[in-house]
Amino acid sequence: MAETTVEFQSDVLMDLDKSEQGDLRTEEMLVNMGPQHPATHGVLRVVLRTDGEMILEAVPHIGYLHRCAEKIGENVPPYQFIPYTDRMDYLAGMNNNEAFAIAVERLCGIEIPERAKYIRVIFAELNRIASHLVSFGCYGLDMGAFTPFLYAFREREMILDLFEATCGARLTYSYITVGGVHDDVPERFFDVLREFLDYFEPKIPEYNDLLSFNHIFVKRTANVGVISGADAMAWGLTGPCLRASGVNWDLRKSIPYENYDRFAFDIPVGRPGGSDGIPESVVVGDCWSRYFVRMCEMQQSCRVIRQAMEQVSEGPVQAAKVKNLKLPADETYVEIENPRGQLGFYVQGDGSMIPSRVKARGPSFCNISIMNHVGRGCLLADIPAIIGSIDIVMGEVDR
Amino acid sequence: MAPEEICEILRREFGEAIVDTAMSANRPYAVVEAGRWAEVAAFLRDDPRMGFNMLQCVTAIDLLEDNKLAAVYDLFSFPVAGADEPCPKLRHHFAVRVVVDRGDPHVPTVSHLWPTADWHEREAFDLMGIVFDGHPNLERILLPEDWEGHPLRKDYEFPVEYHGIPATTEYQLTNPKH
Repeated sequence: MAETTVEFQSDVLMDLDKSEQGDLRTEEMLVNMGPQHPATHGVLRVVLRTDGEMILEAVPHIGYLHRCAEKIGENVPPYQFIPYTDRMDYLAGMNNNEAFAIAVERLCGIEIPERAKYIRVIFAELNRIASHLVSFGCYGLDMGAFTPFLYAFREREMILDLFEATCGARLTYSYITVGGVHDDVPERFFDVLREFLDYFEPKIPEYNDLLSFNHIFVKRTANVGVISGADAMAWGLTGPCLRASGVNWDLRKSIPYENYDRFAFDIPVGRPGGSDGIPESVVVGDCWSRYFVRMCEMQQSCRVIRQAMEQVSEGPVQAAKVKNLKLPADETYVEIENPRGQLGFYVQGDGSMIPSRVKARGPSFCNISIMNHVGRGCLLADIPAIIGSIDIVMGEVDR
Repeated sequence: MAPEEICEILRREFGEAIVDTAMSANRPYAVVEAGRWAEVAAFLRDDPRMGFNMLQCVTAIDLLEDNKLAAVYDLFSFPVAGADEPCPKLRHHFAVRVVVDRGDPHVPTVSHLWPTADWHEREAFDLMGIVFDGHPNLERILLPEDWEGHPLRKDYEFPVEYHGIPATTEYQLTNPKH
């Protein structure tokens, strides 16, 4: 294998002078991390070329969950493909349904009712919170903190109860369909939701006390796996991973879809350490920033939901004419902001009910492709920190 | 910038290399000659009027009736901005289609321009069989290395078994056009 020059990021090695470094060097070793490794968040396999504790190369191998969902999309009408989108990013089923539904609606020129738009926003944001809670909890686990996981799942459970009350499913919803949502929310839904938000919002500072500003956690994640803004864009990173690198870009704000333009909310962006109570050692674009952007986003999602609840009015939740939908001979590519980044759907119709091509651009797929670039030169123990901070869902990487 | 203007500039710069343009309301695109695609791509990325600093997606499509394959590139331009200012201006979207023969599908790689193309191109190679010339590591990415054929092609025949594991149900065997 070709010799790669690697610049070591670790302080430990920097402190040693060259001769001592030479003594520490051992021979290169290939380590297979995964596919059954608890810190790889599913069936990701990373082949690590190591020199002692140092990573010379970290090549991700994917495909263990590949189901060729795109082929299935070419064989069924759009409303039958919606359940398959659930199974891509299975932690954010609502957002996936929404992305595909919007793509088909744009292609066919369907305008959905106002109430459906608001319900979609509410559910997409709730799912964003649920997804970030899993991310937060699991990241704690990766870093050796067990308790935050239990806290995160306690709150996520309440969101799932709300989903279950509405559509009967707790993980694979298929609730948001082409033309709106398939049923109206149950009675008293907004009251329960308001109660949940009142309960949940004060919990976020609690999480921050528990994990975000924990000294050990900061030590493990700050200034580790730094991705610059330019790198993030070149590698197609989106979502919290891009914003943590200091790029202020969120489709909900930048190119609003649904009715996101009617809400006031902020876009959390990675900030350097020392400002606004952020730990000194934090650098823009490191693991801690990526993690913390998600924590801030949960707060903003609560704001959006509250405003949506104020604005929503009575009315139908399904556009009238979506039964037996014929797709025009045209194509469209739509991206929306998922919890993990920009989920894109390319849909091409040919005049029949079944699309001739469906393509999903998974944010996790693009985000994890930077793994080798960022993992090089890190310590072995930093690899779980980096994978966890990128927050991948293998169902979506492999599709 | 409107897609019409982008096409206009591309035509002026590259003439014959812009084979066709399609200005559908949903998603306008230009068809670029495969041989000059890398050149056009570099222009799209580096020219200040274009500034497509992000490759969103590479989609491989099968145009079976024309006996062609196509790689579709979705490009987006968002200016690099600091933490406090939301991204202004540019933010335009454009799509490019590179059409090649089914029998000999060669498209030059753009992974040196947008590193994200690396995996997208590997996926297009894996599932549709488009060969990206100059790609640093053109291997299957989602399917096993010894998989035969490219499943997203319209004339793909499903394997009956894979290493002794049945891959097709009896129903599919008796009803091939399911």
